[in-house]
Amino acid sequence: MSNNNVSYNEQVSLESGVDAAQENSSIPASVSGGLFSADYKKNEDLKEMLESNKDSQKLEAMKRIVGLIAKGKNASELFPAVVKNVASKNIELKKLVYVYLVRYAEEQQDLALLSISTFQRALKDPNQLIRASALRVLSSIRVPIIVPIMMLSIKEASTDLSPYVRKTAAHAIQKLYSLDPDQKEHLIEVIEKLLKDKSTLVAGSVVMAFEEVCPERIDLIHKNYRKLCNLLVDVEEWGQVVIIHMLTRYARTQFVSPWREDAVFDENSEKAFYDSEEERKVEQVKPYIMDPDHRLLLRNTKPLFQSRNTAVVMAVSQLYWHLAPKHELNIITKSLVRLLRSHREVQFIVLQNIATMSIQRKGMFEPFMKSFYVRSTDATHIKILKLEILTNLANEANISTILREFQTYVKSQDKAFAAATIQAIGRCATDISEVTDTCLNGLVLLLSNRDETVVAESVVVIKKLLQTQPSQHSDIIKHMAKLFDNITVSMARASILWLMGEYCEHVPKIAPDVLRKMAKTFTSEEDIVKLQTVNLAAKLYLTNSKQTKLLTQYILNLGKYDQNYDIRDRTRFIRQLIVPNEKSGALSKYARRILMAPKPAPVLQSAFKDRDRFQLGTLSHTLNSQAIGYLELSDWPAVAPDQSVRIVEVVEPVKETGAPVHGKSKPGKSSEKFYSDSEEEEEEEEEGSSSEDSSSSSEESESESESEENSDDSNKSSSSQSDSEKKKKTLKNKKLQQQKPDGKDRKQKNGNAVKGESRSESESASESSSSESSSESGSELDSDSDSDSGTDQKKNTRSKPVQSTLVTKVEKKEVSLLDLDDFSPAAVPSPKSSILSPSLLSDLQGLSISPTQSALQASSPVFVPETSHELLHRMTGKGLSAQYRFTRQPCIYGNSMVSLQLTLSNSSDQALENIHISEKSSTGQNIHRFNAIERLEPQASVTVSMGVDFNDSTQAANFQLCTKEDEFSVSIQPAVGELLLPITVSEADFSKEQGKLLGMNESSATITMTPENVSSQSVNRKVVSVANLGVIPSSQENIHRFAGKTVSSGCLVLVSVALKDPDAVITINTERTVMGSMLLRQLKTALTNSDP
Amino acid sequence: MIHSLFLVNASGDIFLEKHWKSVVSRSVCDYFFEALERATEPENVPPVISTPHHYLINVLRHRIYFVAVIQSEVPPLFVIEFLHRVVDTFQDYFGVCTEAAIKDNVVVVYELLEEMLDNGFPLATESNILKELIKPPTILRTVVNTITGSTNVGEQLPTGQLSVVPWRRTGVKYTNNEAYFDVIEEIDAIIDKSGSTITAEIQGVIDACVKLTGMPDLTLSFMNPRLLDDVSFHPCVRFKRWEAERILSFIPPDGNFRLLSYHVSSQNLVAIPVYVKHNISFREGSSQGRFELTLGPKQTMGKAVESVLVSSQLPRGVLNANLNPSQGTYTFDPVTKLLSWDVGKINPQKLPSLKGSMSLQAGASKPDENPTINIQLKIQQLAISGLKVNRLDMYGEKYKPFKGIKYMTKAGKFQVRT
Repeated sequence: MSNNNVSYNEQVSLESGVDAAQENSSIPASVSGGLFSADYKKNEDLKEMLESNKDSQKLEAMKRIVGLIAKGKNASELFPAVVKNVASKNIELKKLVYVYLVRYAEEQQDLALLSISTFQRALKDPNQLIRASALRVLSSIRVPIIVPIMMLSIKEASTDLSPYVRKTAAHAIQKLYSLDPDQKEHLIEVIEKLLKDKSTLVAGSVVMAFEEVCPERIDLIHKNYRKLCNLLVDVEEWGQVVIIHMLTRYARTQFVSPWREDAVFDENSEKAFYDSEEERKVEQVKPYIMDPDHRLLLRNTKPLFQSRNTAVVMAVSQLYWHLAPKHELNIITKSLVRLLRSHREVQFIVLQNIATMSIQRKGMFEPFMKSFYVRSTDATHIKILKLEILTNLANEANISTILREFQTYVKSQDKAFAAATIQAIGRCATDISEVTDTCLNGLVLLLSNRDETVVAESVVVIKKLLQTQPSQHSDIIKHMAKLFDNITVSMARASILWLMGEYCEHVPKIAPDVLRKMAKTFTSEEDIVKLQTVNLAAKLYLTNSKQTKLLTQYILNLGKYDQNYDIRDRTRFIRQLIVPNEKSGALSKYARRILMAPKPAPVLQSAFKDRDRFQLGTLSHTLNSQAIGYLELSDWPAVAPDQSVRIVEVVEPVKETGAPVHGKSKPGKSSEKFYSDSEEEEEEEEEGSSSEDSSSSSEESESESESEENSDDSNKSSSSQSDSEKKKKTLKNKKLQQQKPDGKDRKQKNGNAVKGESRSESESASESSSSESSSESGSELDSDSDSDSGTDQKKNTRSKPVQSTLVTKVEKKEVSLLDLDDFSPAAVPSPKSSILSPSLLSDLQGLSISPTQSALQASSPVFVPETSHELLHRMTGKGLSAQYRFTRQPCIYGNSMVSLQLTLSNSSDQALENIHISEKSSTGQNIHRFNAIERLEPQASVTVSMGVDFNDSTQAANFQLCTKEDEFSVSIQPAVGELLLPITVSEADFSKEQGKLLGMNESSATITMTPENVSSQSVNRKVVSVANLGVIPSSQENIHRFAGKTVSSGCLVLVSVALKDPDAVITINTERTVMGSMLLRQLKTALTNSDP
Repeated sequence: MIHSLFLVNASGDIFLEKHWKSVVSRSVCDYFFEALERATEPENVPPVISTPHHYLINVLRHRIYFVAVIQSEVPPLFVIEFLHRVVDTFQDYFGVCTEAAIKDNVVVVYELLEEMLDNGFPLATESNILKELIKPPTILRTVVNTITGSTNVGEQLPTGQLSVVPWRRTGVKYTNNEAYFDVIEEIDAIIDKSGSTITAEIQGVIDACVKLTGMPDLTLSFMNPRLLDDVSFHPCVRFKRWEAERILSFIPPDGNFRLLSYHVSSQNLVAIPVYVKHNISFREGSSQGRFELTLGPKQTMGKAVESVLVSSQLPRGVLNANLNPSQGTYTFDPVTKLLSWDVGKINPQKLPSLKGSMSLQAGASKPDENPTINIQLKIQQLAISGLKVNRLDMYGEKYKPFKGIKYMTKAGKFQVRT
């Protein structure tokens, strides 16, 4: 009897016992008897287990309770016992308690409050995941009393350093809003704050919160629009769907229509469809120019067509459908057709959307018509949707194919589908006049089909078709009259009767005979047939009263006493109308005109005709009725609202230094660059503000460069990873070479350096520097344009001989969103002779030949590392090997380029000819190519210089290095420190600029310095070797300052190292936060490294 | 977004419910049951059902309906895709997704659902992250757990969610490092009565099973990437590399995953591996029908056609079939009228055939449509589109992995109209 004997493992049996207890809990104990008292004990038992000291007991109890919840049984009475375990150390137990708490807190509000303090404590936990989970549960407890606590926690969490916690905060916003809508105003503030967040983790969730809480506050999006567009590819897939839907709505309110007025919904004809843009533009008075932001959205969503998530693909498709110019729509097709391979439910939704699209634009899906052919294994609703699409796609050219296919469908065993096919044939017949007769004949043949539904459907469709052109088809009507006796489906019979009556003049002999037959069987007919019989009688009476007067009266008499009041009514009405008597008023005079009035033919049209009033891909579209919470897609505004609202103002980094930094960027170029870099959107926006006019005017040039930019933008995520991998690859290659001794000393030395044998390096490095300079002279000969930088560099090199090169590979992993750990600093060389004292710096400046280009006093590099990196190994290069190094000079080819020195050597036994960089660059970077080298003798090497515009990103520049015979894909991976140029500013200006770049723009870290690094010299040396920064003379002994600007955009990068024995605080201030954090990591590594 | 989830079995019982917001009474499913009753076949239940206060979106997999309750506008595909992910996750965890498996693992199921959605919005759907949070139950672990009292819930907190490579967990270690890739192609075709192809296309996938230590970076290149007409990738694939070089470059997730699915357009000529000769006829007035079916290999590139299974839904009027297969076995279900013939391997010298008679209901009229024949088959070591993997390279790790690539061609929706 007692369940206590049963082992806990037999969960099922135990649960069933508990179930019984719960179901009968209302029954008085006296009635329930022994069984139930035992079951009552069962819950007692769970309680006991929960109160035991052993975690395993508690866990077992919780598992059983969760089992109860899953089955929908009530376990709320255990609440007090369960809630005690909320602070348990056991993670699984805790999680199960959370599950329970969230389920029942609403019912047991007072007791639930007991748990709150635990969560409040956990919210302060140093571990971000614990903070997040505490906030998650706290916000899931639907207890109105804790609203203020929730509000407070959300506000706090929204400023949390961890993006994961901020994401949870965004989720909590929606929960709080549904619990207490009065908090809306406060929540909007939080949403506004979180929308500014740059983390991809947060973006999806906060947009979801925005959509739930304040979708009408479209103004909140303005400032974040570009950021969201740029982040989109990297957001997790579910977030993508939400963001895309929101941006679709946003774009419809902010941009003008890209569809020309004359062609908005009138593009079914293919001619208009394929009309080229240019032709139309000529006709138009004012050509349409797409807002660059509009273009940005389209471009950044395009890669998502390749997503594996069907919801994402659908979302992008609807975005293109609603926003893209008509001629760009074809891109949708393939992706949607691909989705048709997916599960039945996915097919259903996708087909519905295709059906709506195909009504407006046949051309899009016509090439894929065969993908919509019906298979006998499809579910009925899928079949009918496919049929719908095929019908929509039908035109003169393909109708014969489609009709042949339809013939197969008509014979289908699925009768509902067969009937739908007949309807579809009817629609084809009305739409395409060429085939009307063929279809009609086909349908007439179907009249002799054995299946009633098929026959009935055919009759109905024929009736509709005949109505459009009755005169020619009296023979069909006759044929139907003959079949009348065999047709039993009432709808079909009624249709035939109606046809007889309507066109009785065409079949004057047959109609009365049909009426005679009907008079015989009137009483046994269905209501609908009776009504039509009465109609027929009335019409015949009016046209041919001689033959049918008696018959009509007979039928009217039968109808008068019919059981159905409709029929009685109709009979009475007809009698008054047609039979003249003394009481009949004016109406009977018009009886003929009333009954025999020409009736408009019914329009056979798609059920999806009006679906386009709903946004595609939405629930409302699927249901064809407005769902709760559906947000209407507004029409395009006639005039675009102010576009400047999307520009994010950024504090100008350097005002007082005279000419603005952006001044130097040429307008045309800036507009191109406007979207080329997607990592640091703020930069672009800033640029946009300065050259906004030019960007819109130079739209054309932008659209040209779109395609390549597009591919560039699309994959920052992958590229940012590949960055690190390529680095690794390079390292690995070097190691490999070390094992196979070849003529390349330098390489080998690098290999040594990797192993950290730094002691032996002084000589080797000097060797390398000499070889370097010799090769430089080669380059001078090679191209005149190079000579400047070449000499310049030589001087620099000579002035400070480099001691060692060292490549460190960073191994440690850290939890952070931007996991750039693998990014190894290119080189940490340590100059022997001099750490440049500030005074020396100015001397060096004199040496620099490069003109000072910007108002920010660009200075020459303090230190030039000698490390060169493998670009092409001789094995892969079939004898051609190439190495590159960063010269740290302002590039002579362009202001935004990083200058590089390339050493090409030929280790094969044949001369290599025509070495050059291929014209087609695979990535978006702007590359200045070196002049083609006509001939490279065996064992010879040559040094050339080139420039690459990395756009301030560490994304690798990929290009093809070609010889006469071969092409090699190579890539240059810049270290973040190489993307900078040193500048000199006064200490006061430095502090001032630093003050402007606080908050998000500041990243700092505390490190413990090794004793040998503490000297100011070694700090300076370390920093400048990692990054190309200028040393700022400092008045304070223990603070070292360095300044630089990014090469492409000219953003300030300020680094300060404050020594506080034994710690040091590195602070980096820059708008380019990504670069900042990467640089910080490298500096940390460099400064904690104890190598000299 | 997703309010609640109900799991309904084939007999119409709700055997699991989960709510992410306030509790929705299970009576909401009555609307679903109504639709279920109306539908003639289980597949015919409309995926989206509107009720006065809620919307029900359901997915049918493994004879279980996953019914999600929605309260306001949401893209229906969002919910459908998510539900399919849930099923995939269950399958991944329990091997099968059946009512019994779910009931047996109800706690794990609940823990999973809790992690997958927060307030109805997907939180962690990546299987690698989930596996770090909740360890899949294995026999060994169950035994160990009962003895030591340890749990299925991961002790350490997952870091994958926070990394740039969310699909791969950190600290993966294997003694045998292996990477297997299966190129599986399915032929979808409709063949008409006379044997000519009405429509044929190839859908392919590359499924991978990668068990590699550390953070390997793989590149996979094809001999003929131009064949691929339309592709969709696992998020790990670097789209830009593909665009530029037609090379698949990726850091793989740990374990099994689908790297790529692709489509070879119908414009290319698709080789049809088998032909069917059939003669199915019913005579007017007689209660007998004739049934003859012969299969033969067509364009198989010299490979053997294996695991051939022929099935056909015979007309309702057929009472029984009395057939004689030259090889394999056949079954006819008189209730569902489903005829299936397990042929096995096709021997080109001795073509398999199935001949005999069908008895029809007395007095019933002759069925007007001949049944459609569905064919399933497998061809090992062949990708029918001709796609070939050129090479697979690994970067970023020092060891030498064992690599394997397998090709297979299957029939997808391969139908012959008779």
